[in-house]
Amino acid sequence: MSRAVTPRRKAITTVLAWIVGFLIFFPILWTIVLSFKSEGDAISAPLNVLTSTWTMESYEAVQERSNYFLHFWNSVVISFGSTIAALVIAIPAAWAMAFVPGKRTKDVLMWMLSTKMMPAVGVLVPIYLLFRDMGLLDTRTGLVIVLTLMNLPIVVWMLYTYFKEIPSEILEAARMDGATLRSEILYVLTPMAVPGIASTLLLNVILAWNEAFWTLNLTAAKAAPLTAFIASYSSPEGLFYAKLSAASTLAIAPILILGWFSQKQLVRGLTFGAVK
Amino acid sequence: MSTQASRASARLMISPAVLLLLGWMIVPLAMTVWFSLQRYNLLMPGMEAFIGLDNYEYFLTDPAFVTAIWNTLALVLGVLVITVIGGTLLALLLDQPMWGQGIVRILVIAPFFVMPTVSALVWKNMFMNPVNGLFAHIAKAFGLQPFDFLSQAPLASIIGIVSWQWLPFATLILLTALQSLDREQLEAAEMDGAGVFSRFFYIMLPHLARAATVVILIQTIFLLGVFAEILVTTNGGPGTASTTLTYLVYVQSLLQFDVGGGAAGGVIAIVLANIVAIFLMRMIGKNLEA
Repeated sequence: MSRAVTPRRKAITTVLAWIVGFLIFFPILWTIVLSFKSEGDAISAPLNVLTSTWTMESYEAVQERSNYFLHFWNSVVISFGSTIAALVIAIPAAWAMAFVPGKRTKDVLMWMLSTKMMPAVGVLVPIYLLFRDMGLLDTRTGLVIVLTLMNLPIVVWMLYTYFKEIPSEILEAARMDGATLRSEILYVLTPMAVPGIASTLLLNVILAWNEAFWTLNLTAAKAAPLTAFIASYSSPEGLFYAKLSAASTLAIAPILILGWFSQKQLVRGLTFGAVK
Repeated sequence: MSTQASRASARLMISPAVLLLLGWMIVPLAMTVWFSLQRYNLLMPGMEAFIGLDNYEYFLTDPAFVTAIWNTLALVLGVLVITVIGGTLLALLLDQPMWGQGIVRILVIAPFFVMPTVSALVWKNMFMNPVNGLFAHIAKAFGLQPFDFLSQAPLASIIGIVSWQWLPFATLILLTALQSLDREQLEAAEMDGAGVFSRFFYIMLPHLARAATVVILIQTIFLLGVFAEILVTTNGGPGTASTTLTYLVYVQSLLQFDVGGGAAGGVIAIVLANIVAIFLMRMIGKNLEA
């Protein structure tokens, strides 16, 4: 039932949309382009990008001078660590709420959501002091703990909306056929739940990877993930554009690729199922 | 269907998540409230004392607080206006038939996945820098005087950067909502002679209203907490020209080591965020029943 669209109108829409898309994407493209230029060209002659020479020297410099891979690894450990920890805690909870809903399930869900509304800055002081006293400042463990708790409500909610879509009749059927609780979970529910769990994992890794309040305030050097490492480029004004671009490109590339796969889950996860 | 036994095990399965979140909420919150009533500065050990509401009085009468509130409002409202209007227009455009729609979608959504520190630094250095930035180079190529964005218009520049980050989110959600609109309804309206504008204002806009509300509420929660973008671009300056409430609390507690004053600011931030949160929760709660 598609409406008839004249080729001319489609052509105009296409050109317009591509121009807008290009403009929005341009800062990222520009960063990638400058990362393959020498510092001199990146700073003094950016309008000649197409004619100046291409080089990998910034990538080499970033690697040699800055322990780049330590920070990259910190980001990986912190984002995956906190997401997996949150999943381990959230899967049973979301499970129970979806399949054995009680009178107060809805209240519990809403209350969990409400903890997410607390601005981070409201608890910055106590968390900072607690971490200082417990020796958790500038440690990966500390950040994993904070980000796990911070993302737990989103993880529970996302899983809950996915689990709720699994028809409960299928469980009854399995029970009729004499399945034990264990085989019911292993062979019936798990295969149906895996896609939802995978989407939740993906979205939360992205959120944790880009988290830039706690990572900036609770780390100094050792445990700093890429968000904090890149921020260290902000202080010295000067001849750093190509290296900054190279470091930035490496920092955003993995998540950009993951993100493009997760467009649909993004809408659902970030609106807590209010828009699907 | 649920038996007594399954009820009990359900409670057992939910309790770790509930207890952890309860701890995460109550312990720091209680500490913040407690600190906010104390004279407590890390630079002056041994001077701690209970001083009642003095921290609040100090924080609320600080001229920086009034500036910070206005800046926070300007940032949140500015970004909301740009992203909701821009997002609606973009969603309408992307909803049209075209060639390469998938690729355009990918290009438009990309900024959302860029970490805040990277986008702030890229805009600050490669675009807005008055000497070496791209805007300065273009201005010079046309014989114009380069504009120093971050010192002449710090807050507006930050609003621009943050809008670039959030425009994809608004677009994506509004586009998702638009695609769930019943096409036949639109076609029927068209056959009955409704023009482009009346179709937009009487059919599409009411349909988008709900999604737009969700966008506004969720973005507000995130925008109240904007931090990294300010830290790496202007440090809240010049002066306090781009200091928001979040940034002010950070300065007070971690740069001036005034735990008591920072905590009072934190409590105020929590109260303000909760006012927004109540509306958001109502919306989502309604949806849960539907």
